[in-house]
Amino acid sequence: MPVVFIPPHARRFVNGQKQIEVEGSTVEKLLRNLETEYPGIWDTLCVDDALKPGLAVAVDGNMSNRGLHQAVQTESEVHILPAVGGG
Amino acid sequence: MAKKRVVTTKINGRPVEFLCEPRQTLLEVLRENLDMIGTKEGCSNGNCGACTILIDGKAVDSCLVLAVEAEGMNIETIEGVASADGLHPLQQAFLEEAALQCGICTPGLIMSAKALLAQNPDPTEEEIRFALAGNLCRCTGYDKIVRAVQSAAKMGCASAAK
Amino acid sequence: MATAESDKTGLSSKGKYKVIGTRPIRPDGVDKVTGRARYGADIRLSGMLHGAILRSPYAHARIKSIDTSKAEQLEGVYAVITHKDFPDASDKIAELGEGSVNLKHLSSNVLADDKVLYKGHAVAAVAAETTHLAYEALDLIEVEYEPLTPVLDVRKAMQDDAPILHENQRMEDMSPDATTSDKPTNIYKKFFFEQGDPDAAFEKAHIVVEREFTTATVHQGYIEPHAATAVWSAEGKVTLYTCTQGTFTVRQQVAELLGLPLSYVKVIPTEIGGGFGGKIRVYIDPVAVALARKSGRPVKVVMDRASVFEATGPTPGSWIRMKLGVDAQGKIVAGDTEIAFESGAYPVSPIGAGCMCVFSCYDIPDGRIIGYDVCVNKPHSAAYRAPGSTQVAFATESVVDEICEKLGMDPIEFRLKNASVEGTRRVDGVAYPRIGLVETIEAIRDSEHYQTPLAGPNRGRGVASGYWMNAGLKSSVTATVNGDGKVSLVEGSTDIGGSRASIAMQFAETLGIPMEDVVPAVVDTDSVGYTDVTGGSRVTYATGWAAYEAALDVQRQLCDRAAEFWEVDSSEVTYDKEDAAVKGPDGKSFGFVELAEKVTQASEPVVGRGVSNHNEPGGAFGTHAVDVEVDPETGKVKILRYTAAQDVGTAIHPSYVEGQVQGGVVQGIGWALNEEYFYDEAGVMRNASYLDYRVPTCYDLPMIDPILVEVPNPGHPYGVRGVGEVPIAPPPAAIANAIYQAVGVRMRHLPMSPPHVLHEILKKEG
Ligand code: FES
Ligand code: FES
Repeated sequence: MPVVFIPPHARRFVNGQKQIEVEGSTVEKLLRNLETEYPGIWDTLCVDDALKPGLAVAVDGNMSNRGLHQAVQTESEVHILPAVGGG
Repeated sequence: MAKKRVVTTKINGRPVEFLCEPRQTLLEVLRENLDMIGTKEGCSNGNCGACTILIDGKAVDSCLVLAVEAEGMNIETIEGVASADGLHPLQQAFLEEAALQCGICTPGLIMSAKALLAQNPDPTEEEIRFALAGNLCRCTGYDKIVRAVQSAAKMGCASAAK
Repeated sequence: MATAESDKTGLSSKGKYKVIGTRPIRPDGVDKVTGRARYGADIRLSGMLHGAILRSPYAHARIKSIDTSKAEQLEGVYAVITHKDFPDASDKIAELGEGSVNLKHLSSNVLADDKVLYKGHAVAAVAAETTHLAYEALDLIEVEYEPLTPVLDVRKAMQDDAPILHENQRMEDMSPDATTSDKPTNIYKKFFFEQGDPDAAFEKAHIVVEREFTTATVHQGYIEPHAATAVWSAEGKVTLYTCTQGTFTVRQQVAELLGLPLSYVKVIPTEIGGGFGGKIRVYIDPVAVALARKSGRPVKVVMDRASVFEATGPTPGSWIRMKLGVDAQGKIVAGDTEIAFESGAYPVSPIGAGCMCVFSCYDIPDGRIIGYDVCVNKPHSAAYRAPGSTQVAFATESVVDEICEKLGMDPIEFRLKNASVEGTRRVDGVAYPRIGLVETIEAIRDSEHYQTPLAGPNRGRGVASGYWMNAGLKSSVTATVNGDGKVSLVEGSTDIGGSRASIAMQFAETLGIPMEDVVPAVVDTDSVGYTDVTGGSRVTYATGWAAYEAALDVQRQLCDRAAEFWEVDSSEVTYDKEDAAVKGPDGKSFGFVELAEKVTQASEPVVGRGVSNHNEPGGAFGTHAVDVEVDPETGKVKILRYTAAQDVGTAIHPSYVEGQVQGGVVQGIGWALNEEYFYDEAGVMRNASYLDYRVPTCYDLPMIDPILVEVPNPGHPYGVRGVGEVPIAPPPAAIANAIYQAVGVRMRHLPMSPPHVLHEILKKEG
């Protein structure tokens, strides 16, 4: 199962866990499934069906441009990180 | 507004007469009145060298010269550096050595380097760096610019520049 | 030199490719050495007016009233605008591909709304027949201000009783406490990352070093000031000529700010005279567009140099507390840091990136990173080459050097022992794919520079590493095969340093044709598919990838056409890039040029397209070595020798890769030794000119020796990694470490200008 690394400010919704295994084939599905078990986490990370501005997704170490639509594999690691702009 | 003046000069070998306001700099007149945009403006106060031209063979920041002062002077700009036979050795060397990235500093640097090589056909690295110290380049770190001037000197730039 | 070194590593791409790795002359080169290339300020349209901008004399003030009537009456003035001429911007966040922007903030940064937040903040603008007249008109605009106390230092701005820039700003807390408070604050956001249990790990550490660092605000310093020219059509569409790192990003910002349909804004890129991250956000573009609309004439606005310093860029000044612990064998066991960045008048700053870069070069099992994004009365900070990475590398690499000294360990040996490798998990949680940090450290260790002992009094050698995560993002390219056998390559990435060449080379390589047969053009927003900014070290990587895809598309179409000519199934036809030919059954063959000619005469046009939206895995690393000599009488630091090793993936055009490294290093040297925004108590920048701000000149420097280490990036068809950004990160720390070796003082403030260095020397001597 994919593993979602829970960002620190969202950990209070998941009893302080730092990472959680959860089913899903996209980042959106992972977070929706988390929300059913841990209500409140979705609104902490997302707004209007997208990641909150200033946040980005990294899957298996690669920053993604696809946000919630990013596909994940069964062994994937998913991180929610600050979005970064370069010069 | 003060009365406009007529100024007679030679630019890149041809006689040029232009009308300007006394407050206009030579840089402004070249770019705005004469549509010679090859000479660049980076600061307008003599600090960056992007506007370097040659007046009577000497490298000068054209933003520091009033256009009316140019009366009777012999002006060379980047537009006059290449000839019918092709690029000047300095221009060729800048291309071959990849001595430009964004290129905004390039016209000014080529003019300063041209003045240097005309005076000193075989400059040391130190002499090149000293002569170009008034021309800022923010992209390249100057390494390849210095090499380009060295290579132009080797190509016999001085003879080409007379 | 460069190539010899990279050959020695055995990792060079040399010999593998026909075009990649060679050094052809760039396609736009001749125009640029002859003065023909048109940059932002070189645009002239018939009937064009000239704009000028009135700027605030105060660093912090409320605007009580603006009276523009006298200016409007001046003969030759055609339009005067203020913030009221912009529609009400919503508090919406717009994604700009690279980073996001709050439109309300952007709008009031372009022309101030009810408050001015820094000296130089734009307040009103005029369009007139000449520039001189426009500036005369500015003097006739009457603005009544109520001055407020400014706050200029990041730590002061974080205090409870600090003057507040934005009354409605509340801190967003990303830490596990996730505290909420209804108190107005200058802190926009608190970042938090943690791995393992750093407090427990420090308990067990053999040596712990904890220090504080500060860095001054510095500017990107591009030589070309911002310039924009706008012209409206009768049907309400606008065309904007501008020098920008991203035409599509400008289009989006202008459309949003002026409430125009996106597709009614066409942005034509001029050549661009440097940007380094500072030409992504708009400043004068919407002003030119609004003035042109109001006056009914084309309007050009060009910034003066002082305004570039006072009102664009810069990169944040910072305060950093850095604590590292190691065991007796010299293995890092714990790290803990707090980083505060000055975001300037508005959030956000590159603090998020700073947090992700701070421990990026080391394997730190237990670590904590806290970051603060803080508003102060300075211009809104912008990206600057590896945004956020240089400040934090200064802190980390300086403390590492101190630890090496305490351990009695060679700094190279220490780094090899602790370097991040494939699989290392950063404190923010991400695990690295294949990366090349170790190779850059080894390249420095083995370099002639590092192997040559440094002799002489007051001389010292320093080493430091640095990181940048590199972007990918979206790019589009189209390629039309012409009847003469050459290809027109149309791209949307503005060329800031030779990217026409690096993209054309990847295209040519894929088809096996000479680079000279590819004719690249950078075009406007109506003429090519969406392309993100030239920034984040992404163009050669991502637009190069799009060009590779376009070339594959051309291959397929050529095979299809040949199959038709030969009346065979296209599955029997292949493209052979070794021979640049299409080959069919029974020895049938068309050379590329031959087929191009035939297709143009007797078949459908061959137009390849390529798009990309991949992000670069891993990011890039560099390790630098520097020798300095310090004058103990004056505190002046002279750079004697500089070598920069960097993992560049594959060097497409090695000269321009070296150039990126050399240019980045020198910007880092300027940041280290001279550059700073010098403010007085009232918040006025006292050195807003090149003379006083003092970027490095040619006479300040030696040659900069790059070592290109090529560890091909597995996530790119040609192994490309972005190269532009990393080289700015290590220099300040490397130089600080060298200064310590030279004269025994630890510099913890940037810039390490003569007065600061002398102060430390005198303090040490008592
Ligand atoms: S524009 Fe003349 S020196 Fe800068
Ligand atoms: S090449 Fe950009 S300033 Fe010199």
